[in-house]
Amino acid sequence: MAKLILLCLKFIILSSAVEAVFEDQVGKFDWRQEYVGKVRFSHFDTHVQSSKKVLLATENNVFAALNTRTGELFWRHVDKTGPEGNIDALLQHGQDVVLVVGNGRLLRSWEINVGGLNWEIVLDSGSFQSACLVGQQDNVKHVAVLKKTVISFHYLSNGHQKWIENLPESETVDYQSVYSDGNGEVYALGIVPHSHIAIVAYSVEDGEIIKQVTMIHTAWLSNIQASCVVISQGMLTCVDPLTVSLYMLDLHTESQMTQIPLQSLGLEVAPGFHPVLVSTQPNPGRQPLSEFFLQLGPDYYQLLQLNNGQIVTLRDFKPVRNNFSTLYEYLFSSLQASSLNLFSAETGRRLLDTTLIFNMDPYGGKPEKLHVQAFLKKDDSVGYRVMVQTEDHTLTFIQQPGRVMWTREEALSDVVTMEMVDLPLTGTQAELEGEFGKKADGLMSMVLKRLSSQLILLQAWIAHLWKLFYDARKPRSQVKNEVTIENLSRDEFNLQKMMVMVTASGKLFGIDSKTGSILWRHYLDNIPSNAAFKLMVQRTTAHFPHPPQCTLLIKDKDTGLATLHVFNPIFGKKSHVSPPALPQPILQSLMLPLMDQDYAKVLLLVDDQYKVSAFPSTKNVLQQLQEMASSIFFYLVDSTQGRLSGYRLRTDLSTELIWEVVIPAEVQKIVSVKGKRPNEHVHSQGRVMGDRSVLYKYLNPNLLAVVTESTDLHQERSFVGILLIDGVTGRIIHEAVQRKARGPVHVVHSENWVVYEYWSTKSRRNEFSVIELYEGMELYNSTVFSSLDRPHAPQVLQQSYIFPSYISTLEATLTEKGITSRHLLIGLPSGGILSLPKMFLDPRRPEIVSEQSREENLIPYAPELLIRTEWFINYNQTVSRVRGIYTAPSGLESTCLVVAYGLDIYQTRVYPSKQFDVLKDDYDYMLISSVLFALFFATMISKRLAEVKLLNRAWR
Amino acid sequence: VKMARLLQFKIAVVSTVLFVVCTNLVCCNNGRRVGDAMDTEFSGFSVPLEHSFEVDDVAKFKVRGALVLKAGREHSVSLTQNQLSEEDRAKLKEVAAVDGLYRIRVPRVFLQADRQTERQMDGYLTAFVRACAMVESHLSDVIALYSDVSGYLIGVSIVTLPGACRGTEVEDEVDLEVFNTTLSIMAPVNAPGPETALFLERMEQETEKKGKNPQEQKSFFAKYWYLILGGAIFLMATNSAQPPAGGEGEQS
Repeated sequence: MAKLILLCLKFIILSSAVEAVFEDQVGKFDWRQEYVGKVRFSHFDTHVQSSKKVLLATENNVFAALNTRTGELFWRHVDKTGPEGNIDALLQHGQDVVLVVGNGRLLRSWEINVGGLNWEIVLDSGSFQSACLVGQQDNVKHVAVLKKTVISFHYLSNGHQKWIENLPESETVDYQSVYSDGNGEVYALGIVPHSHIAIVAYSVEDGEIIKQVTMIHTAWLSNIQASCVVISQGMLTCVDPLTVSLYMLDLHTESQMTQIPLQSLGLEVAPGFHPVLVSTQPNPGRQPLSEFFLQLGPDYYQLLQLNNGQIVTLRDFKPVRNNFSTLYEYLFSSLQASSLNLFSAETGRRLLDTTLIFNMDPYGGKPEKLHVQAFLKKDDSVGYRVMVQTEDHTLTFIQQPGRVMWTREEALSDVVTMEMVDLPLTGTQAELEGEFGKKADGLMSMVLKRLSSQLILLQAWIAHLWKLFYDARKPRSQVKNEVTIENLSRDEFNLQKMMVMVTASGKLFGIDSKTGSILWRHYLDNIPSNAAFKLMVQRTTAHFPHPPQCTLLIKDKDTGLATLHVFNPIFGKKSHVSPPALPQPILQSLMLPLMDQDYAKVLLLVDDQYKVSAFPSTKNVLQQLQEMASSIFFYLVDSTQGRLSGYRLRTDLSTELIWEVVIPAEVQKIVSVKGKRPNEHVHSQGRVMGDRSVLYKYLNPNLLAVVTESTDLHQERSFVGILLIDGVTGRIIHEAVQRKARGPVHVVHSENWVVYEYWSTKSRRNEFSVIELYEGMELYNSTVFSSLDRPHAPQVLQQSYIFPSYISTLEATLTEKGITSRHLLIGLPSGGILSLPKMFLDPRRPEIVSEQSREENLIPYAPELLIRTEWFINYNQTVSRVRGIYTAPSGLESTCLVVAYGLDIYQTRVYPSKQFDVLKDDYDYMLISSVLFALFFATMISKRLAEVKLLNRAWR
Repeated sequence: VKMARLLQFKIAVVSTVLFVVCTNLVCCNNGRRVGDAMDTEFSGFSVPLEHSFEVDDVAKFKVRGALVLKAGREHSVSLTQNQLSEEDRAKLKEVAAVDGLYRIRVPRVFLQADRQTERQMDGYLTAFVRACAMVESHLSDVIALYSDVSGYLIGVSIVTLPGACRGTEVEDEVDLEVFNTTLSIMAPVNAPGPETALFLERMEQETEKKGKNPQEQKSFFAKYWYLILGGAIFLMATNSAQPPAGGEGEQS
């Protein structure tokens, strides 16, 4: 094995160029942004006055600490995805945070200053219900965890279990909540729905049952957590929407439930609304506050107080337009419109100078939650900061009197799809361009127009010079080249682009690819939770004065109903072009290379009646479609039935079925269908062989790679199937089966090759396989490719390799003209992004080296592909949970722009064939120009001398 | 009725007899309808191959011939088909003139099943070529059937040779009478896995070769003694030539 590796290494060193980042290039061409996801729990670190931390636990199973001054991450822990890493509860005490993870599987304690793990213990199995900290006289030492059948008690200092007790009658009673107020007892609150409440009090010391009450009849109650809270001195308070009354029960005496009709308090519940109670226990070692909230309507809260057994209404908050209020120690805040106020909980009075007004982002979502951090100022007045969490997963941190400290767009932790759009020309360039676009109207006006545009250019140049001069006087650090939406313009080599990102929450972002700053955001509400998105660029920036146009197809996966959102990708504004209403479920959408008179590409949408509608559907478009109809083909995939079918467009925009391939779904299921990217260019038609003949590539733009997996998952019988189908004729070009293999399969389909990766069940390893298609030594028709006229099947070559790691995603580099050699970009679960030269995945790699293969520069076959550390394009910038890699060509042929997205976003450039078209940074201009000048003068002088000499000779 | 030409498969005389039986049956049915799939004693069975070419492009499938499929380690297939009638020929030319499609279809079948009822599955597999290509190639087409790993028929394809439509007029009606079909059935190929065994073998051979070569076995000194010696002499020579110069320089 060692020899094998050694040999491989030798080959690699011989054959490939070293590609790595120099230390001073770090962060120059690349950037990374780290996210945490939608916040589930948040806690401000309050144990030290000067602390500037907020602790977050998110739906993406991330636990992190943010700097409240800047919004940057102090540290972050990314757990497993799925229910295994799900954070069930977050309890903070002092410097420690206790997390319950994975439905009560693990109990972890973290040290919040550096984010280190204090301890971790595995809990007994059983589904998690509730957890709370338990203290005595302000001294919190334990944590209680309630599960379906047991309650366990742990030391906070080391996690050791103090005691564990089975819950009585846990078969019938559903224990839902655990409560403690520092009097040496822990209460487990359970319920038999629509029958009675069960309360068990345990002694903190040894877990002995002190009291057990089960006979309180509460036929109206079905869920404790939804409708009950504990307030004041252990008063369990529940609300019943049917009788519209509060029920109170003293946990210590357990006498009888007293009913207090809300009407007697002069309160009314909004019709159809389930009232909610909110209470606060500031310190686990003490009793909860006697003040509590009762939410009576979607925008109506009532502050109540329990005073000597009597409930008193303190204040109502009726026009609370937005949803949430938090009771915080003796303060709370309410959000009305976009102003925030702080009220005293004891009296219900508004505190002076606590109004905070901030501007809601008109393109953002509505506020969902407020996280308030209140503190005493030096003069004993109350100050506070607030973190607003909105529907679009944005966190905005606001300080008095309404200054936004920072915002974090956590929606970007879940990017679904993206596109890169060229930036527009600058205003002056566009003015010049526009001159040619407009229709000519007379000589004089043309001259005037030219003169005016030259003037504008001159003006811009002078302004530029002035700015240079002005900036030169300022110290370096103050000169900032802030990218804003106004000064966006294309750079010389088109390396800076606009990244349009679509996130699962329905928020769209426009991000500058050079700096990573968010230039625009747009939140689409009414996005169904299971929506599928497809983003298409209908018009690029190349058609001034027409604005660029992107179309987002949003499809509900269940119903198939879709909507279109048309917008300008540079500014994010919704286009004035009104998209068509789509009453029918949509099966397929396709962009045609056809353009309407405004240079917008035509989007065809196929509905479930196999009728086609076009967008834009102007007369011009419909006419073009009628002319082209017989050459517009499309395919549909029904993976549940394993049916692939091809259709042709008719002149009346109906369709006809022309081919059908059915892969029986009981044997294998279609997992992915990949076509080629429409913007891909292939520079060379063939490969020059060792004997100087040419092997022509089979470059079928309509080819589809269909990957299937067997339904039988037994490791001996499972297989991965790969079919290459022509999307126009339905002809199966190649059909191969990888036996003893299973998914997940990652596929890349480009040029004349398909690369796929699978798990080999026999050898228990990941393997790569490459298929290349060649027409042979002669081209059938070298001018034009038509699927309808290619009778000969291509030659198929295939080879497989061992890959020493799992992979998360796979993509190929893409360049402007396709001259640069290709690399595969592999996202690894470790967070690295590997750039593997396609040269290593070449089925023509010879087993035995011959003179000809050496001539062709083929690397001798080695079964193992190695991971070389220089191939990691993101050096130490780990990208967590990579889900997708997007590649886009730049204006430089050597350069490909890469964006990897997952929990983090990473943008960089890659140079698969090194920067062959760029001069190096340290290129010696001085030397070259001085040599040139010296030579020039030398020739001048020697010429002069020669002339003199000739003259002298002639005189002689 | 003419036999289909089969290039890749050797057909035994017995099966030829079978074809005659089939074609007879076709004749009996007025050349239009081949009976539904039928069993034969040779474990092969036949399914209809249908085609459709209409001026208005609304598919109306009619029987073109009968495919006899034989399951086994290597599936085999043969075809008997009818001639095109005069009106069909005229229609085909008409369809070609309006650039219509010539479609074929076969029913979905399961080759490995033992019983008739298990073989047939609902639905068809369809494919097409341009009718003009069919006309211009004088009905010489290549039909391929594709099966999956377990023996289900998953697809069919048809191409003509030559494949292009150049607009050449086909004058002779006789050219459009008889199909000249090349037929094949394809099963998926096994994709290769990584070739470790061969690679290791080659490595071993190489090391053996190295082992045999005495030149390679020599030690470092044995190989480069003359260089080392030369270097040593050179060093000694330079040292003895100017020993005091360096020392004095350092001291001063």
